[in-house]
Amino acid sequence: MFPRPVEKSSATVRYGYQAFLPFALVLWLLPLLAIFLTSIRSAKDINSGNVFGWPSEFALIENYTAVFTQSAAAQYMWNSVLITVPTVLISVALACLAGYALAIYKFRVALPLFFLFVAGNFIPFQILMVPVRDMSVRTELYDTIAGQFLFHAAFQTGFCTLFMRNFIKALPFDLVESARIEGVAEWKIFWYVVLPLVRPAIAALSVLIFTFVWNDFFWANVLTQGESAKPITAGVRALNGQFVNNWHLVSAASLLAAVPPVACFFLMQKHFIAGLTMGAVK
Amino acid sequence: MTHAVVPDTTTADRPGWLHRNKLAVAPWIFLIPALIFFAIYVVIPIFQSLWLSLYEWNGLYTADGESTATWVGFQNYVKLWDDPNFWTSLRNNVAWLILYMLAVPLGLFIALFLNQTVTGMRFYKSMFFFPFVISQVVVGLIFGWFYNPDFGVVGTVWKALFCEETTNILGNVTFACSRPAPDILSSPEWATYGIIAAGLWPQIAYCMILYLTGLNNVSADQIEAARLDGAKGWKMLWYVVVPQLKPATFIAIVVTVIGALRSFDMIAIMTQGGPFGSTNVLSFYMYEVAISEYGERYGYGSSVATVLFGIMLIFISYFLWQMYQDEKGLR
Repeated sequence: MFPRPVEKSSATVRYGYQAFLPFALVLWLLPLLAIFLTSIRSAKDINSGNVFGWPSEFALIENYTAVFTQSAAAQYMWNSVLITVPTVLISVALACLAGYALAIYKFRVALPLFFLFVAGNFIPFQILMVPVRDMSVRTELYDTIAGQFLFHAAFQTGFCTLFMRNFIKALPFDLVESARIEGVAEWKIFWYVVLPLVRPAIAALSVLIFTFVWNDFFWANVLTQGESAKPITAGVRALNGQFVNNWHLVSAASLLAAVPPVACFFLMQKHFIAGLTMGAVK
Repeated sequence: MTHAVVPDTTTADRPGWLHRNKLAVAPWIFLIPALIFFAIYVVIPIFQSLWLSLYEWNGLYTADGESTATWVGFQNYVKLWDDPNFWTSLRNNVAWLILYMLAVPLGLFIALFLNQTVTGMRFYKSMFFFPFVISQVVVGLIFGWFYNPDFGVVGTVWKALFCEETTNILGNVTFACSRPAPDILSSPEWATYGIIAAGLWPQIAYCMILYLTGLNNVSADQIEAARLDGAKGWKMLWYVVVPQLKPATFIAIVVTVIGALRSFDMIAIMTQGGPFGSTNVLSFYMYEVAISEYGERYGYGSSVATVLFGIMLIFISYFLWQMYQDEKGLR
């Protein structure tokens, strides 16, 4: 193990390390802690300039309720759910099929097609912006929930296929081979042999795509304009304009926007990290 | 592909064309949904954008559905060449690329710091990773407030260091500062660096988690062997550990390059390209030109996007080439 485990060092180093950890953590999360403190302050504190010191009174419930009652935050949150969930379902399903095809079958264009998905996943969004927006306007998908999740699903299919293909490629190929010798139909091999084995990959992809799409801001701006279809990320920005100088409310709204991905991360931490670090080890 | 029929094993006694070729047909059936979807929303739009960059178009159609775009050839690119905002954006993109790369060594540094097994370590690791999970919009808002010279953290610390609190006759508290608190996001010189620093926060967390996973898989034998040979500290890190972390480093560089060139959210939230366009990057400038309050300029916007795409293509080709080498190695 590198660096040398602190257990093997002197007591001073060991306790020093353990004492320093919480300090380092607070320093690292200082911006976040500061905004959390702000979000539970009362308006009185904000107006009197006590923005950084200890709150004179705690207004946690008042502030967070105010966000919901004084703005369209609830609508925005719900829109985000309606956009992210179908995106996850569609992109992961498509990627299971495509990843299976690219990993199991040996055909000439398998690798070029795989690289097409990989490359598509790296391109800057801006090169898609005008045509996708124009297409959405013409098909009346502009400023709708469906318009957003269809695009996200298609785009995320690139990353999901990359992930799935590599995951399936790492499975023992004998399984497929012996099923074929037994005369099992190809779709049955997919459904009964491979799909049960890729469940961890499905879990990892689901949490990742959920987080990526929930946090999307660019497409929310390109594909929506009104309140009816705006997700929470774009909503928070709108609230920022609405709650000028009400920093406690802006902070509360921003933290609320962060809750679902954070919850998702802490609940599915293992899958989340496994998904993100795929390829980081050989 | 019209053979959307799954090969049926019961016809094995009289093998038809489909059955004989099932291994050639099956992959296409599995691929087609993803391919169609990906083509409509990703592949075709790329070419449409490249094509549109040779037109001037406000996004409107005539009554009978014809596009009002007019062909201008390479004029959009000529205009781009004379556009100071474009050059500022490009320069800022380079600054983003270079400074964002700091996330890689800093992520490694934190990963090394956290690569211990004392009690509660899992908790610390996930808390250090926290910034990456939050939306960049929220990170942008947090830092926008953090940098505020009047009531942000920077301003408060500054007051504590350089200001003296005095109470005037009327009983109001005023501050007399030896130097005024810096307003980072309003300064054309510093704003970009302020945003990059904010962007580094989640990116470092991402690189850290990549390295933590990598460090988990560093061969203990090699470390022990090197330790017996008297290697330690920097030497051990550089000659023994870092080479083994190569896959993690590769991915960290890939995601950092992409992150740097995609930077949009933070700029949109923190400065909207200002003050005086000084924090523009190509991705934000493109958006601003294409969909602005002064009417839409799809053609010009597409030419900015094309330049950004060209820059990204250099990196994408390199990444794909690297992946291709790995694929060859597997066979």
